[in-house]
Amino acid sequence: MKGAIVVNTDRCKGCELCIVACPKDVIALAQKKVNVHGYPYVESAVPESCIGCAACAMVCPDGCITVYRKKVEE
Amino acid sequence: MKGNEAIAHAAIRCGTDGYFGYPITPQSEIIETLAALKPWETTGMVVLQAESEVASINMIYGGAGAGKRVLTSSSSPGVALMQEGISYMAGAELPGVFVNVQRGGPGLGTIQPSQSDYFQATRGGGNGDYNVIVLAPSSVQEMADFVDLAFELAFKYRNPAMILSDGVIGQMMEKVVLPPIKPRRTEEEIRKECPWASIGRTPDRKPNIITSLELKPEVMEQRNLHLQEKYRQIRENEVRFETQQCDDADYIIVSFGSAARIGEKAVELAREDGLKAGLFRPVTLWPFPSRQLAELCKGKKGVLVSEINAGQMVQDVRLAVNGALPVEHFGRLGGIVPDPEEIVAALKETLVK
Amino acid sequence: MANNIISPENLVYKKPALMNDTTMHYCPGCSHGVVHKLVAEVIEEMGMSDKAVGVCPVGCAVFAYRYLDIDWQEAPHGRAPAVATGIKRLWPDRLVFTYQGDGDLACIGTAETIHALNRGENIPIIFINNAIYGMTGGQMAPTTLIGQKTATCPYGRDPELHGYNLNITELASHLKGTCFVTRQSVDSVASINKAKRAIRKAFEASMQGKGSSLVEIVSTCNSGWKLTPVKANEWMRENMFPEYEKGDLKDTTGL
Repeated sequence: MKGAIVVNTDRCKGCELCIVACPKDVIALAQKKVNVHGYPYVESAVPESCIGCAACAMVCPDGCITVYRKKVEE
Repeated sequence: MKGNEAIAHAAIRCGTDGYFGYPITPQSEIIETLAALKPWETTGMVVLQAESEVASINMIYGGAGAGKRVLTSSSSPGVALMQEGISYMAGAELPGVFVNVQRGGPGLGTIQPSQSDYFQATRGGGNGDYNVIVLAPSSVQEMADFVDLAFELAFKYRNPAMILSDGVIGQMMEKVVLPPIKPRRTEEEIRKECPWASIGRTPDRKPNIITSLELKPEVMEQRNLHLQEKYRQIRENEVRFETQQCDDADYIIVSFGSAARIGEKAVELAREDGLKAGLFRPVTLWPFPSRQLAELCKGKKGVLVSEINAGQMVQDVRLAVNGALPVEHFGRLGGIVPDPEEIVAALKETLVK
Repeated sequence: MANNIISPENLVYKKPALMNDTTMHYCPGCSHGVVHKLVAEVIEEMGMSDKAVGVCPVGCAVFAYRYLDIDWQEAPHGRAPAVATGIKRLWPDRLVFTYQGDGDLACIGTAETIHALNRGENIPIIFINNAIYGMTGGQMAPTTLIGQKTATCPYGRDPELHGYNLNITELASHLKGTCFVTRQSVDSVASINKAKRAIRKAFEASMQGKGSSLVEIVSTCNSGWKLTPVKANEWMRENMFPEYEKGDLKDTTGL
């Protein structure tokens, strides 16, 4: 299984709950960046590790994360 | 039947969808009559005894926000508790009807009749700049007739309307012709009449939000100005009053509700005494018939405002005539209803020199 | 790699359609957002978007009506259960629910809450308990824990000074009108799934006329607690869960 996330960085408030929820340490705060509201935001820092489990998106209070998953032949 | 019973019968007949209330003397016959008549089995009208007046008025807020014809009733201390919900209804522009069968105060006061909630009724009553439409019945017939009228006005202007009665009219028995039967509105009719109602968002529209909240002062000022413009229209279009023997009168007695019945008798007694008196009865206390009263008072010698309170409507009368002629007040307090003779004596003592 | 995964047929999770794009006013990490999503998902899954009427409180969730695209009424402080009673009695086929915080539900609105639950109104009540007043800036709530510091009990809640915290969900479970009383949280994927099932059950029970439901969500208020969102979750598990034990307190729904 391979996954990918898309973060709506304008909605993200950088609360970091997704970072803790991610079992594969995929997500991190974007370094030295803020969004239109002045919040730091997260991004997929290690995208190749993502398994598309959606844990990050479920715990996200602001509904910022969209998750995709695909079966991939190794 | 009793005035209170007339309210209950009229409510069922004029297509009321729901009554939510809490018992309090001297108006408990309203909910008792409704409970005995079981309208939920005939018209489908809901009747619920709430846990308090605060809850009742918020059930009314909910029902009104959902486009329904909803009614509550109480007496003075209970109506004081309802002011929160009434203010919210005025702010959210919701149509609802509430009946105040007044008793004497302040505080727990007395269960005897009074008209001492005039200020509360006509000045808004709760927080914020708002008004409710106030109808003052002076007979059992008007108790019955004003239910539908109050609903019509409430829906026409999306504003709460109050029937300001008192223990005399509520408990008094008179013959009454009940209003014609009007069926409750269908869902389609409610959607048409109340496109703003919060009853489930159909795909063709945006969500309907019932709220009085707005944090942006510029927007909130516009909302308030909109309300004020609506109140101006109501003042323009909805003033109601009655006169008796005013044409040739030198002295005008101004009274509302039960006091007007006594005022009528006082006019008779005064005329037997050779004093040319007439009666002016505001039917809408808000909007107050100011212009009409000022017009009528031209060339008269004086006005006696007779109310069952310490002098409340007299302020509106003084504002209306604006110093053009003397205005005096006579009232009894604490649940005492004045005699016509006392009123004539007060007229002679204060105005007839 | 990511590029060929990101396509509609591979979608596994996105913000519910009923939640619009308005940025929520809640603080970063606030539990309200997760519960809003669950409410939206349940309404969508039940196919009730055109029948749902939410009643929101006074408190942090006062603006809930801005975020979920259903019809709403914003109730006076504490009165949401009375407002919902009015709507539901007059529109029994609508899904009428309230969404309230601890100050609204368990303090100023205790009478309305208890009586609506006890009458068995067919209303689900979503109760966010974060043991503090968030909107007004972190004052003591009826559910503030003994010893917990807030702006109005800065030295910690002392029963002699402030009285005890109120366990209203426990109280609700003893009322004859309730069919489902449960306490959940939304601090992990597993707890979020459970909380969603609870909300679904409460909503279904109301539409089947089984009586009233109370779904308490033990929540965080990281701003009020003066903790990071991650630390707030830890503090909640350590301090809130022992006092407000999670699980079903009553379930007679048969669902």
